[in-house]
Amino acid sequence: MSPAAVAEAGPVPATDRRRARRRAAWRRRGLVFLLMSPWLAGFTIFFGYPLVMSGYLSLTHYDLLSPPKWRGLANYRYLLHDDPQFWPAVRNTLWFIAIAVPLQVLFAFGIALMLARAKRGLGFFRTVFYLPALAPPVAATLGFVYLLNPATGPVNIVLGHLGIQGPLWFLSPGWAKPSLTLLAVWGVGNTMIIFLAAVLDVPQHLYESAELDGAGPLQRLRWVTLPTISPVILFSIILGVIQGLQYFTQAFVAANIAAGQASQAGDTVNNLGYPQDSTLFYPVLVYQAAFVNNGMGYASALAIVLLVVAFAVTSVILWNSRRWVHYAGSVR
Amino acid sequence: MSTASVPVRAAALVRRKPPPTVRRQRFLVAVANHSLLIAAAIIFIAPFGFIVLTALMTNEQALSVHLWPHPFRWRNFTDVFHEAPILRWTLNTMIYSSLATLGLVVSSVPVAYALARIRWRGRNLAFMVVLIALMLPPQVTVVPLYVMWTRLGQHIGFHFVGSLWPLIVPNWFGDAFSIFLLRQFFLTIPEEYLDAARVDGCGELRILTTVVLRMAKPAIAAVALFSFLYTFNDFFLPLLYTGENPARWPLQVGLAQFRSLHQVQWNLTMAATLLVMAPVIAIFFLAQRAFIEGVTLTGVKG
Repeated sequence: MSPAAVAEAGPVPATDRRRARRRAAWRRRGLVFLLMSPWLAGFTIFFGYPLVMSGYLSLTHYDLLSPPKWRGLANYRYLLHDDPQFWPAVRNTLWFIAIAVPLQVLFAFGIALMLARAKRGLGFFRTVFYLPALAPPVAATLGFVYLLNPATGPVNIVLGHLGIQGPLWFLSPGWAKPSLTLLAVWGVGNTMIIFLAAVLDVPQHLYESAELDGAGPLQRLRWVTLPTISPVILFSIILGVIQGLQYFTQAFVAANIAAGQASQAGDTVNNLGYPQDSTLFYPVLVYQAAFVNNGMGYASALAIVLLVVAFAVTSVILWNSRRWVHYAGSVR
Repeated sequence: MSTASVPVRAAALVRRKPPPTVRRQRFLVAVANHSLLIAAAIIFIAPFGFIVLTALMTNEQALSVHLWPHPFRWRNFTDVFHEAPILRWTLNTMIYSSLATLGLVVSSVPVAYALARIRWRGRNLAFMVVLIALMLPPQVTVVPLYVMWTRLGQHIGFHFVGSLWPLIVPNWFGDAFSIFLLRQFFLTIPEEYLDAARVDGCGELRILTTVVLRMAKPAIAAVALFSFLYTFNDFFLPLLYTGENPARWPLQVGLAQFRSLHQVQWNLTMAATLLVMAPVIAIFFLAQRAFIEGVTLTGVKG
């Protein structure tokens, strides 16, 4: 109840009081509407409308030049049965989510644990591990394509000095995704900072009582640290999966540069997914369908499938999390 | 500590020195921990090191097996500006970044306040919808939005596709991530401050513009910082909307095309890469605390 309504209550007759209260309620509603209006407008124009339009366009053939032609479910049938690139793109994205994302979480967690135990130089080390996360993705990718350049890149030169024949990295279909994984692990700084804050936040008395009960370092990690920071682990896994589903920039730039390097004929259009569709992730496929092939209808169908999968995956993770995420002081 | 009043004996009981074996074990663990950290740090720093070294090489050397520049070619950093219109790209990035960040802060603060500190029916539902908008891959809405800007441009005779406006304007209508982050911060402001202002006769709008804004400065700084970073690094949408019009390329789109522009060499490419990394890293060192606090705020309160 707003202070104004309280002040007016008292000797005033009941009908007036009710009217005043109603007026206050309306004023409050107006205020909420005013405050929320930027987002309401933005949500309608840049989220609701495109979502509905995506659904409609996915059922049409549309090349931006002539008006959309109704095609029913033809786009979806083509996508599931005939598009030779659909399943490879799905597999690439799944590969990335299943391998790169867990590696990122593990690395971030491991480094955070070591940092939390560091007696000296915490600030220095934290900066060193965080810096790569700041490198703009395009710049970082360019750097890695150079570093992992098979013949003259520093990594293979160093490996050569150690007597190891380095792989072809971004130029070979088998090594392109692992190369992108290296790049992804290099940039885990944000996750690492979040883990570090969480690990430093674990109450010291929990460790002490566990130690009194005779728990070794590993047991303390398993039964004290992990349960306490499990909400943060959940957060980073969900974030990782969402980012995995959107993975575009690094794959696009790496394929472009590596292909240009191999052929010396930098033609962007045919370079998507280079080499041999091994970096053709799902968002790259959407980009290709819409903006290379001008198939706005087909690209919308691909986008709708992505939407459904993104929702399914995040809700499955959230649903599962009830079993292993521990919220301090809350009944869940 | 109880050492001040109680005799030394009790203090000795509290802070008993562990036996030598345990102390040696702890020392060894600390040494192992630091060695691992140093090794990992070297691996994490090495890419920057190699990029810097290559940026200082001649082209022939960049394509050789030598890792140390000889001679140091500092001219690369001026040659880069002759090879590509980097200043033009920087200007475009600054326009995109500043207009987007300004609009985003102004539009997200009131929404976050309404979601955090005013009670109304449907508030939780609205917050859920914000979270869902946060999870949605941009590729899902990108096609209809592109169509929308194209058609709108045909109607009023302005080429939105090929300009920076389709990147900037959506930020003026509240950004899901910023709303989320600001809401989390607004929730931590004690109710007593707001009540005190209410007792003094402040309306909700006055409370927002005076009390809350003043207390939320660090959170607003973090949001602005993240927005700057996001727009500076953004590649997917700028590629779509400005890809066909090199005069409007922001830095990232330009950098991605840099090597194929006129078969530019690796040493110059790495110099350009460094130039693009430099502003972000400089800002990090200037505003390190805001960074770390902002990143932490997103995770811990989530």
